[in-house]
Amino acid sequence: MMTQITSAQAAILAINSLALGGLLFLLSSGFSLIFGLMRIPNLMHGSFFMLGAYFGVTLLGWGTNFWLAAVLSGLAVAAIGGVIERLLLRRLEGQVLPQVLLTLGLAFIIADICLMVWTGDPYQPSAPSELRGAVTAFGMFFPLYRLAILGVAVVIAIALWIMVDWTRLGAMIRAGVDDPPIARVVGIKVSQLFTLIFCLGAGLAAFAGVMGAPYLSVYPGLDFEMLPLALIVVILGGAGSLLGTLVGSFIIGFLYNFGQVRFPGLAYVILFLPMLLVLVLRPQGLFGRNVA
Amino acid sequence: MIVKLRYAAIAIALALLATLPMWVGNSYYINIASQFLLFAVFALALNVLVGYAGLVSLGHAGLFAVAGYSGALLLQAGFDHLAAIAAAIVITLVASAVFAALALRSTGIGFLMITLALGQIVWGVAYRWASLTNGDNGVNVSTRPAPFGLSLASAPSFYFATLIVFLLAIASMAVFVRSPFGASLRGTRDQARRMNALGYNVWLIRFLAIVFSGFWTGVAGLLFIYYNQFISPQISALTSSAEVLLMVISGGTATLFGPVAGAAIVVIMKNVVSAYIERWNLVLGVIFVVIISFMPEGLVPGTVRLLRWAWGRLQAKPSAAGERPSERPSERPSEERVP
Amino acid sequence: MTALSVTNLCKQFGGLRVTANVNLAVAPGERRLIIGPNGAGKTTLFNLITGEIAPDSGSIRLFEKDITRVSVHRRPHLGMARTYQIITLFASDTILRNVTLALLGLSRLRWSLLRDLDQQHALIERARAALARVGLAEIADRPLSQTSYGERRRVEIAMALAQDPKVLLLDEPFAGLSIDERRDVRQLLNAIPREVTVVMIEHNTDVALDWAERIMLLHFGEVIVEGTRAEVVANPRTREVYLGH
Repeated sequence: MMTQITSAQAAILAINSLALGGLLFLLSSGFSLIFGLMRIPNLMHGSFFMLGAYFGVTLLGWGTNFWLAAVLSGLAVAAIGGVIERLLLRRLEGQVLPQVLLTLGLAFIIADICLMVWTGDPYQPSAPSELRGAVTAFGMFFPLYRLAILGVAVVIAIALWIMVDWTRLGAMIRAGVDDPPIARVVGIKVSQLFTLIFCLGAGLAAFAGVMGAPYLSVYPGLDFEMLPLALIVVILGGAGSLLGTLVGSFIIGFLYNFGQVRFPGLAYVILFLPMLLVLVLRPQGLFGRNVA
Repeated sequence: MIVKLRYAAIAIALALLATLPMWVGNSYYINIASQFLLFAVFALALNVLVGYAGLVSLGHAGLFAVAGYSGALLLQAGFDHLAAIAAAIVITLVASAVFAALALRSTGIGFLMITLALGQIVWGVAYRWASLTNGDNGVNVSTRPAPFGLSLASAPSFYFATLIVFLLAIASMAVFVRSPFGASLRGTRDQARRMNALGYNVWLIRFLAIVFSGFWTGVAGLLFIYYNQFISPQISALTSSAEVLLMVISGGTATLFGPVAGAAIVVIMKNVVSAYIERWNLVLGVIFVVIISFMPEGLVPGTVRLLRWAWGRLQAKPSAAGERPSERPSERPSEERVP
Repeated sequence: MTALSVTNLCKQFGGLRVTANVNLAVAPGERRLIIGPNGAGKTTLFNLITGEIAPDSGSIRLFEKDITRVSVHRRPHLGMARTYQIITLFASDTILRNVTLALLGLSRLRWSLLRDLDQQHALIERARAALARVGLAEIADRPLSQTSYGERRRVEIAMALAQDPKVLLLDEPFAGLSIDERRDVRQLLNAIPREVTVVMIEHNTDVALDWAERIMLLHFGEVIVEGTRAEVVANPRTREVYLGH
């Protein structure tokens, strides 16, 4: 089952790992924010990713510019997320477990709706034309689009970091993560913050879905394949920590790609191993604070 | 009076179940009844955790699948039924112990997330490790066991075998609930910190509860493979864990028969819905959302509460001090929300 | 030999020192009172003694036996019992069941999967007796949800006493009680057998001062004053802590 890897293959695997890691970061950052602030592991997160990807596919089918499609999908799903948060989640405020189960129920609903609208056929839209080629360096080909995913992930990571660490909004988020009751007392409108973060998380996931579509394609079941990955990243990296999410995403990205080569078929299972290791040795994650 | 009514209802239900193949002629419906019974065992097993331990697991389909696949693969390898069943149960108990050791690193939401991930691992192995599990093609189970020489090939005979197992499971649960260990487990649900301070080893109690739950989950898994005579990775997917959780929640976690009622509701609905529309996931999701949002204590307790209220109104006399709790308080189901 | 001793106990949360080099030595049968303003670290000290929090450094000894590393759930078996500041009883059970659970915790019976708890008459009678000692025998079968706050405080104490402890830790047993209820609890405390060592945290000093034999004043996690009642009252630092000057 084990295969040897040449250095050229290793380089390609590395690029793929970085791309997957970047994609996972885009997916998991929203999950981490939602979990950190609202204490809810959002079981719809994979669904937001898939829904965003499907929206993107439709928009691209209408001839929309790729980046515009990604942003519009993000906004559409963010809006949907906002509606869900205000109408359904808000009613169960304070009851974390029912909220989690609610997101699970909604995930099933979304999954079937997507099946109805977009059927069971997989879609694989092409990357934007300017990024279809490859860059040659050191005698090897580096697919442009994969590099682009990485680039976008880094940009978003920096933007999120600036927001969380440097803005007033970020301070409110951090206060909400550390101590919700005190945050309320100090005048932070925690409920509005919840809605905002839920929208942001949903939008990021959807944006990630569109970005990932040319790479992973879109198909029924994508939602429940991506959700555990977000879960692993956050358990590994620690909830509420963007740095942890970043590190965790890339660890998983590398583990998946290199694992796939050496243990084809079991790569998916291998992904869970670092999570299990972390659980046994350091339950709060590599960078996390006490949340669960 | 309520107690007598309850016993009467149980007696009637038992009589109906025992004679079911006689008044339901069609083997299609008898099979649905078998399905209901085996999933009722599964739901009862899960309720040991959800209802009595206060631990919600979203990975129980993983244990179910471990039992099913172990049994199916061992049978395929040439083991006889008794050996395959015994070995599968042992394997499931080991898996439960591993689940427990990992999942109990956290409680509450952390526990939920870890069990979800563990269930996904089982799914991943079942789906991707094709050389072991035959992947998506599944594993066939060619024959059903023949205890004491009696064939279980026909629908009614398999139904009766399942009924016997179900009754054993119910009896086991009833004994468990009344036992000191059962009381300890409920104590850890209500006041874990205090229980530790009273001298109970809360971690160990929870661990044993998970293994106990794993045992009956394994039994249900084996009933499943003999029922279907086939197993595929789908049974270990998140949807399966969600379905059995729905059975527990919809029936109500606080009573012994709640999960049974929930199993009936979900199994019947799934079969009815699947016959007409292909949107079972949608229906499952909607039911989830509705129950969580509006009837968190479950359909059964909600109905019981309504009946009690109606009975109380019928009984209302000026001198009576409202509704006196007529059963022993320890028997009375505690009205609680989904834990 | 001391019944309970704590040596150089330290605990820090982040940058905050909640327990700073606390030393405590309680003689067998002594009635010790721990006082101090809010946030002084009294309950944290109890949590360290019962093992719910692990100390950063220092040791805890029960009858000269080092229990610093002993897990929380083993300490009751060694003779330690405690009550809580915030009532944490089993709300969906009767008073009798609450006390029965307390007794069950120390009994091998708690692991039994086959017996019926309601049929364990010996155990249940002991629970009734424990309730009788605190004057709650008549309402033993009442669900906890139908009891008053004062009654619940007494259930807490009954549960702790039912464990037949050698060292009893009472965390603010008078909190939230009316004058009559306080008098009842005070009588209960007076009736505790002499062999039992009692350590009490009480914020409400009027009630507890004359009960105590020795008093320890905590502030910001540190022991400020320790001694007999007369010594503590006379000490100028006591006034400093409470009045700020």
